[in-house]
Amino acid sequence: MSPLQPLNKSARLAILCYVGISAIVFLLMMIVGLVMRASQAQLIGVPPQFFYQLMTAHGGSMIVTSGLAASAVLWYFLRRYTNLYTPILWINLGLFLTGVVLILGSIFIGGFAGAWTFLFPLPSHGLGIWSTGAATAFIVGLLLIGVGFLIFYLEVARAILKEYGSIPKALGWPQLFKNSSDTMPPATIVAGTMVFIVNILGILAGAVVLVLILINLYVPRFEVDPLLTKNLTYFFGHVFINATIYQAVIAVYELLPQYTGRTWKVNKVFLAAWTASSLMVMAVYPHHLMMDFAMPSWMAISAQIFSYANGIPLIIVTAWGALTIVHRSGIKWDAASLLLMIAIFGWSAGVIPAIIDATVAVNKVMHNTLWVPGHFHFYLLTGLVAMLLGFMIYMINGDDQSAPINPNKPIDVKPMTAADTSAIWVYTLGSIGFSMMFLISGTASVPRRWAEHFPEWIVYSQVATVFGSFIVLAMLILVIKIVIRLPKARTL
Amino acid sequence: MIHENVLLLSLVLMAGVLFAFVYVFIHSTKLEQDYASIAKNSYSKRDKLFGFIIIAGVLIAIGTTRGLPYGPHNANAKQIDVIGKQWYWEISDTTATVNQPIIFNVGSADVNHGLGIYDKDLRLLTQVQAMPDYTNKLAYTFKEAGEYKLMCMEYCGLVHHSMISTFTVNDEG
Repeated sequence: MSPLQPLNKSARLAILCYVGISAIVFLLMMIVGLVMRASQAQLIGVPPQFFYQLMTAHGGSMIVTSGLAASAVLWYFLRRYTNLYTPILWINLGLFLTGVVLILGSIFIGGFAGAWTFLFPLPSHGLGIWSTGAATAFIVGLLLIGVGFLIFYLEVARAILKEYGSIPKALGWPQLFKNSSDTMPPATIVAGTMVFIVNILGILAGAVVLVLILINLYVPRFEVDPLLTKNLTYFFGHVFINATIYQAVIAVYELLPQYTGRTWKVNKVFLAAWTASSLMVMAVYPHHLMMDFAMPSWMAISAQIFSYANGIPLIIVTAWGALTIVHRSGIKWDAASLLLMIAIFGWSAGVIPAIIDATVAVNKVMHNTLWVPGHFHFYLLTGLVAMLLGFMIYMINGDDQSAPINPNKPIDVKPMTAADTSAIWVYTLGSIGFSMMFLISGTASVPRRWAEHFPEWIVYSQVATVFGSFIVLAMLILVIKIVIRLPKARTL
Repeated sequence: MIHENVLLLSLVLMAGVLFAFVYVFIHSTKLEQDYASIAKNSYSKRDKLFGFIIIAGVLIAIGTTRGLPYGPHNANAKQIDVIGKQWYWEISDTTATVNQPIIFNVGSADVNHGLGIYDKDLRLLTQVQAMPDYTNKLAYTFKEAGEYKLMCMEYCGLVHHSMISTFTVNDEG
């Protein structure tokens, strides 16, 4: 690999904006999440209308902000292998911020509380609580954010294809299927290719459903099929959040070799897993629709089989690879590497209850209970967010003094302070405990998205509130550190 | 009950993952220079595990697709229409008898809802989505007499959490 080139000033500034904004929004939305759980625990009083507004803000903001932070990871590492056009970063950020302003305005000024999943025709059924204008602002806001991301991934596609020639080559198919002796594509290229394929399709599906809902808002005669929109919504949502994880995991592929001084070898199993997941991540979304009996039953059956087959290869490849590269490596842990390792655990463990829930017989009694936020909070809080925090802390650690521009030499480790260590472990235990309380609540059949709970269920929320407080406290420490040190972040 | 079994299975598998990470983490700071051997040994095990899990996963997935709730349904079952409306259930009949096969014909007059049937211990027994323009047929046979709750399982607006009706199941005869 050629020595690293410094980031150009504009790209560096943009990436630091992505990092800073994401870190702050994560913290704020975690506080919102804590308020919701404290309200369900009856420790504070939040009126149902405001609860559902907070729920809409929390879900929507977390999804798009995770996408923003993960796109920074992808860009930062991808530019080591390709020539990316920096203004795209700013266009994406501009559209993102404009969209966020519209969404927050629709929620907190217009009273929109239709949930981030905006299941048709709920946006047009505010029953006087929110107006058509508020629903429009929410949908247009999401559309703008989607357009920004679409432009971003088109640029990723352009840059990769220019360098590697074709999608099959970027996915390593000649090496996988034809025993080509050409050098394997780097993990970042393989992951980046998979991400741009699925995310471009996913975002387009999301844009279609948003436009359909938008037209229907003003021309109710324009009939929209609720089951079709549900399919499009879940296709978009499932693909987008999974692709977010697949981008963030690039930080693990790139940084653990630097921390251990070992090579993360791309081999045929790696290539096969990513190719298989590229296809299957798009095929499994009907597992969100297993309780829609009007759907063809073969879709539920195939979703169950694909869900089992989809999650496993990529995670085994990544988790096993991470464990192998770290095992007896003499690694000197710092905050960034520790968070990345915790994140791989969170992702690997968190998908287990998700995969089990993709069994029709289980889904029948777990769907739309708190089991669902249980598994996605596990792999998003302990997994994705920890991964993104690891990347952020790597960025703010500044340039590597001992091995300034050689990615194959062990990194210059920044010793952890007591505050770092405490914050990371409190965050980890808090996020595991918080998610486990969702899972336990789901086992007790507590429905999700209920502003008020029966007295029998309140104890779960109360314990969850304690764990949630740990998360917020730890996150506060980490975010302050990240934001303060942003100006001294890496230039390479 | 399936609920507890699902939690137990999840916890066992998650504990296995945790064990692997803790084991490697504890041994991570010791240095073994011969990474090639470590990698070869590790990836050999992974490939075996990989194949085993894929085959087991697909077999389990196929094996658990028996007895799906999608029909065909008992033609002699009692038919009960359930329509979700913001924010109440319109139910054609709120009574049934123990061991009487029932088909709930579930739809919606406005937005997406979800019909969840809860027993007296607030345990979710079964559910189905309630959608405008579609009728989802949910087959269920109550095994115990008593009062059941029909609750909304899909977020449908500001009174979603209060969209609850009761359903009475009487003893046979």
